[in-house]
Amino acid sequence: MQNKKFFSKSEIGIFIGSLVLPFIFEFSPYIQGLLIFVMLWVVLGTSWNLLAGYTGQVSFGHAAFFGIGAYAAGIPFYLFKVSPWWGLVTGGLAAVILGYLLGIVVFRLRGPYFALGTLASAEILRIVFGQEEWLTNGHNGILYMTTWVTKYPYYFLILAIAAGSIITVKLVMRRREGYYFLSIREDEDAASAIGINASKYKNISMTLSSFWAGMAGAFYFIYMGFIDPETVFALHNISIISILVGIIGGVGTIWGPAIGAIIMVILQETFRSAFFGFAPQWVSGMHALVFGLLVIFVILYLPGGVVGDWDLIGKSLHLKRKREKKE
Amino acid sequence: MSILSLKNVTKNFGGLTAVNNVSFDVEEGEILGLIGPNGSGKTTIFNLINHFYPVSSGEIIFKGNNITHKQTHEIAMLGIGRTFQVVKPLKRLSVADNVMAAAFSRESTFEGAIKVANEVLKFTHLEHVAQQKAGGLPIAGRKRLEIAKALATRPSLLLLDETAAGLNPAELDEAIDIIRAIRADLGITIIIVEHIMKVIMNISDRIHAIAYGTTITDGSPEEVAANPTVIEAYLGSDYH
Repeated sequence: MQNKKFFSKSEIGIFIGSLVLPFIFEFSPYIQGLLIFVMLWVVLGTSWNLLAGYTGQVSFGHAAFFGIGAYAAGIPFYLFKVSPWWGLVTGGLAAVILGYLLGIVVFRLRGPYFALGTLASAEILRIVFGQEEWLTNGHNGILYMTTWVTKYPYYFLILAIAAGSIITVKLVMRRREGYYFLSIREDEDAASAIGINASKYKNISMTLSSFWAGMAGAFYFIYMGFIDPETVFALHNISIISILVGIIGGVGTIWGPAIGAIIMVILQETFRSAFFGFAPQWVSGMHALVFGLLVIFVILYLPGGVVGDWDLIGKSLHLKRKREKKE
Repeated sequence: MSILSLKNVTKNFGGLTAVNNVSFDVEEGEILGLIGPNGSGKTTIFNLINHFYPVSSGEIIFKGNNITHKQTHEIAMLGIGRTFQVVKPLKRLSVADNVMAAAFSRESTFEGAIKVANEVLKFTHLEHVAQQKAGGLPIAGRKRLEIAKALATRPSLLLLDETAAGLNPAELDEAIDIIRAIRADLGITIIIVEHIMKVIMNISDRIHAIAYGTTITDGSPEEVAANPTVIEAYLGSDYH
């Protein structure tokens, strides 16, 4: 029940830092590309976190919203040569509609069954979008020449989307809706006994969450210039990543997904590039294994994630220092 | 005028009849005690009133509205608050946030909800633990938090389900004071389920006794305590 200023000083600092970051790495479009991916994962993680972390509806199918957002930009281009930039309008909208329709089905399920329901939804979409070639060009995907070669505009665009998603969460969590989301997460029966219409507020959470995942999807097409069902509806690369970013950063914390995204992108790139060429080539396939180990470690020792258990991390460092002093 | 009426309410779970043709009225401003041995259907009656379970037959009328088929959250918004025997705190939220969540049922603004929450926390003697996580409260605090959450929804009828169970004598007196104040200061009608006779006999204006889901008697605390069927239900037929 805190009533502090909406943005803390450090948050404004982070934002200004994010604005100058691409200029610091002007020499390396490669690093700028990584920064764009960090931001993309921030959006996905924040979106997942709103539904799963705050509302307790653990989605394993966020790729459904990401993919539909990407195709909302891609299909009008493929069929009618409409500029993919319209995806920034249609992407979020299409995801919201999908979220609402899926909600009718999957919110009948609770707990692990909900997770399976969402997972199946994304898989169904992946298969359907692969088969309906007249609409989506099937597995050949949709290709378009990106507008700019330089990374700057894309970086600032995804930064704006990421900031938008985080501000949405911050805004919502100070309002009635936020309190209702948390109540539903903690105990749905207790929530309904204090007058909370659980299915209505689960739908609201789903709408907000799917909107930002859809925006991320639309951005992906605009930036990458290529989508196919296997990439944008991917279980491992989108749905699971959304979850991992949230869990490692901190479920149910505002900045958790952002921290999670930074850690994950750095780890993934370090391994994929085999420690930037210094390690033998076979290391490059190991990032999935490292993700797995990291998740096990986090769940065992930092169940609140890096942000959620920050006190714990601080404390153990403090103890270590103390011990070192004694010795 | 009666604020709540149960008319021939029956609940079957498969072949088991948990509540059998129970009827009673609660008058506005009254404290009605609901007693009966373990498993006699007291909590089930609460679960029927706020529609955690649908009734099998019969009607429930609240302030002239038929609420038999209304959803749980709609019933809460109409003005029936309840506590849970097995307490249901929102564990990972602070005590204050628990009450805030409930206060938002009537208040649309953050400031309004804080105001209501603070009043309720004070009323239920939870101010000093307001910033603690609800999951870490001792049992007496959790029981009072149940009351606080229900009060923050501004009910006109409050269903208290064993809010005194598990309390030590000092805490018991505090609980009795709070329950009395709920009616005296807030004017809320109360139905209370309780096993501790000290509480139920002290507080209730009238007592409705049930056994095996059926009404056995209804009357003042003295009448009910002297009633042979009540004694038999609690202590067996050999006790005379």
